[in-house]
Amino acid sequence: MGRVSHMDESTVVIAMKDIVKKFGDFTANDHINLTVHKGEVHAILGENGAGKSTLMNVLCGLYKPTSGQIQLNGKDVTFNSPKDAIDMGIGMVHQHFMLIQPFTVTDNIILGVEPTKGLTVDKKTAREKVLELSERYNMKIDPDAKIEDISVGMQQRVEILKVLYRGADVLILDEPTASLTPQEIEGLMEIIQNLTADGKSIILITHKLKEITASSDQCTIIRQGKYIDTVKVAEVNENDLAAMMVGRDVNFKVEKKEQEAGEVVLDVKGIRAKDYRGVEILNGLNLQVRRGEIVGLAGVDGNGQTELVEILTGLRKAEAGEVKILGKDVFNATPKQTFEAGISSIPADRQKHGLVLEFSNEDNMILQHFEEAPFAKKGFLDRKAIREHAAKLMEKFDVRPRGTEGAPSATLSGGNQQKVIIAREVTNDKDLLIAVNPTRGLDVGAIEFVHKYLVEQRNKNRAVLLVSFELDEIMSLSDRIEVIFDGQITGSVAGKDADEKELGYLMAGGKQA
Amino acid sequence: MKKRRILESSVLYTIIAIVIGFVIGALFLASAGISPAVAYGKLIDGVFGKPKFMIWTLVYASPLIFTGLSVAFSLRTGVFNIGAEGQFVVGAMAACACGIILKLPPVIHAIVCVLVAALAGFIWSYLVGILKVKRGIHEVLSFIMFNWIAFYLSNFLVNTETLHKEGSGEATKNVLDSARLLFPEGILKALNCNGANWGFILAIVAAIVMWIIIEKTTLGYKLKAVGFNKDAATFGGINADRSILTALGISGALAGIGGAVQVLGMSGRISQFAGQEGYGFEGITVALIAGSNPIGCIFSGIFYGAMKYGGSKLTMVGAPEEVIDIIMGCVIIFIAISSVFKEMFLKIGKKNQ
Repeated sequence: MGRVSHMDESTVVIAMKDIVKKFGDFTANDHINLTVHKGEVHAILGENGAGKSTLMNVLCGLYKPTSGQIQLNGKDVTFNSPKDAIDMGIGMVHQHFMLIQPFTVTDNIILGVEPTKGLTVDKKTAREKVLELSERYNMKIDPDAKIEDISVGMQQRVEILKVLYRGADVLILDEPTASLTPQEIEGLMEIIQNLTADGKSIILITHKLKEITASSDQCTIIRQGKYIDTVKVAEVNENDLAAMMVGRDVNFKVEKKEQEAGEVVLDVKGIRAKDYRGVEILNGLNLQVRRGEIVGLAGVDGNGQTELVEILTGLRKAEAGEVKILGKDVFNATPKQTFEAGISSIPADRQKHGLVLEFSNEDNMILQHFEEAPFAKKGFLDRKAIREHAAKLMEKFDVRPRGTEGAPSATLSGGNQQKVIIAREVTNDKDLLIAVNPTRGLDVGAIEFVHKYLVEQRNKNRAVLLVSFELDEIMSLSDRIEVIFDGQITGSVAGKDADEKELGYLMAGGKQA
Repeated sequence: MKKRRILESSVLYTIIAIVIGFVIGALFLASAGISPAVAYGKLIDGVFGKPKFMIWTLVYASPLIFTGLSVAFSLRTGVFNIGAEGQFVVGAMAACACGIILKLPPVIHAIVCVLVAALAGFIWSYLVGILKVKRGIHEVLSFIMFNWIAFYLSNFLVNTETLHKEGSGEATKNVLDSARLLFPEGILKALNCNGANWGFILAIVAAIVMWIIIEKTTLGYKLKAVGFNKDAATFGGINADRSILTALGISGALAGIGGAVQVLGMSGRISQFAGQEGYGFEGITVALIAGSNPIGCIFSGIFYGAMKYGGSKLTMVGAPEEVIDIIMGCVIIFIAISSVFKEMFLKIGKKNQ
């Protein structure tokens, strides 16, 4: 990648010593140490719920540590609020952006720290300063654009500019690549380089190992709230990192036996659909998925994959075309009809479509089956059967913490929420399983787990349609890869022959030779 | 741990809110030159002074429990029935009309009247649901308009020849005795209260049925799923529109029965209104105090009933009846901001540990 390290080992910027943070009886951080140098990119690695976010919230002033000390440039400091932290040069870029959509880039950046001239906001000076910062780190941002008109990647740059504008020397980036396209990720990496070259320090929270090896100088590993180790990234490989994070060896390579694809389960022909603006988003798409194969649908976000899945699962109506499950017509059917015809699906947005967050985990486990035996008898729910069902699935699918059958799903971490959905959908035992970004935001342990279940479905001779923005995931799991571009399938590659460059070319609209 | 659980319980904050409501009411009374001790003494005596008073309290409480249940049920299923007022009015009118026009044997007549009232409330609310589901009109807007339609419709019907009482006056005829929900003569005598009726028993049964529906049945599961997260419910195969209509219908039917209980149990007729009577809006208060729990509605309904009945006697000591509204208003405000207290107390509790 041609990365240059700008770490200055003689200058320690931040030292967190023996940080303990307890919530009631639960210890989220158990004596954690963290040392960040000037110009360093320091990754914090840990599974979902390991305590990374808690540690960073302590550092940026949102939480007060139960015990332990934070030193900034060698001096003891205490933060009573995020404002204290930013005043001392520590700024956090959150995973979920906090931007006001109809405001311009400049308006958003200066919000709360507006420069004034008399009684009015001095927008001219502000705009110049934003532009100057943007140019210094090569961010290519238009200070006058409205947030609602710019891409997710650009919005993230606005968030970064926001903390830079407030004078941050240490930037905490929380899962910064979670919602970015591969191109945008590359752009972000460049910006990180530019920032460190200028003497800024970056703390990167992530569980994507590849990004750590590509971008970081050091990595601190946290497991179940405990400090495990801090390593020089150049001296370890991805497997070492994964093993330290999970506490056991992790198998990256997805084991898959050779098998012939069987009869056609899903048959989509000539699907046309418009998006909410009335723009044609699918124009005559054809797709088949057979028994015993995983078909990966690769494509850059916004080329119609979301709409296609919504049509298949009955959430959206198509204008024209044909959709058949094992010969049965389910074109523009209701969600219930598509489910009964044999489609089970892991939705892209787990909090919007996947779970009723206020419901208990056991209730979420029966979302499609609450009216059926053994969960319901004559219109009454059988709580005992529901609890037993949930307990069994939570054990089998390793939903943590255990014993939370009756707790609201909102209290689970993202990865465990996803496990609840997967447990439910996989046990539906349908002929076709559609999985959309099934590992988004999950840690390697959980990813391995999800992949195992997808392959298991395939091995059980079911059809699997995998839609993912992670090219790695598509390539390692798929028996066949179909590339979607501009609402059509523009290429088809056998999984074992897949080549990242070729796929990238097809995904960008290139024609197959 | 036990202390913490008490600090987290919403019952505690409801009680605190009620106490604060009374304190503020006392300040108003004192500023008007009336001794709060005397006024509150009268209030308590007015409710608990004689067994008869306590029964009257339950009579006052019955329609309020129904409108409270109506609102609570809607809140639990993700819609806000601010139209219980209108459903109460159409229910009362339907029961009244049936009670005057139909000639049926006792018991059966009363049952028919209650069922027709339930149906009227159901339809009144269902129409709003259709506007919401088919046309995307926000239910709060249509409910408020339907409240006024019900109000004027009732005033119109009161003055129609079939229903209007002969001679002067601005009320309907009395409903036939066969339609009344009153207890038998003997019991009324024994209780020394000529208004004692089945309404309160009906209200308790309704509360229990609602609790069972919400907590124990697949119907409750479905309605709650849609109420919490329409998208996930739809994804799971639930027909969200139909669920919303069902929820609104049931909610409306409850308010409608409340109207029937009021007419058949207490007043025996309907007068021309000068303004909205407020049973439906008081139902919102009842539901909020109960934290939208159907069983809680029984208790908060009794509380409100007691305040209304006891409050009506405040004029005897020269205190304005309106002080009750001030107290209830304050109670609601403090329940609404109870989460602030909760945070505060939990923090203090933690510091003391």
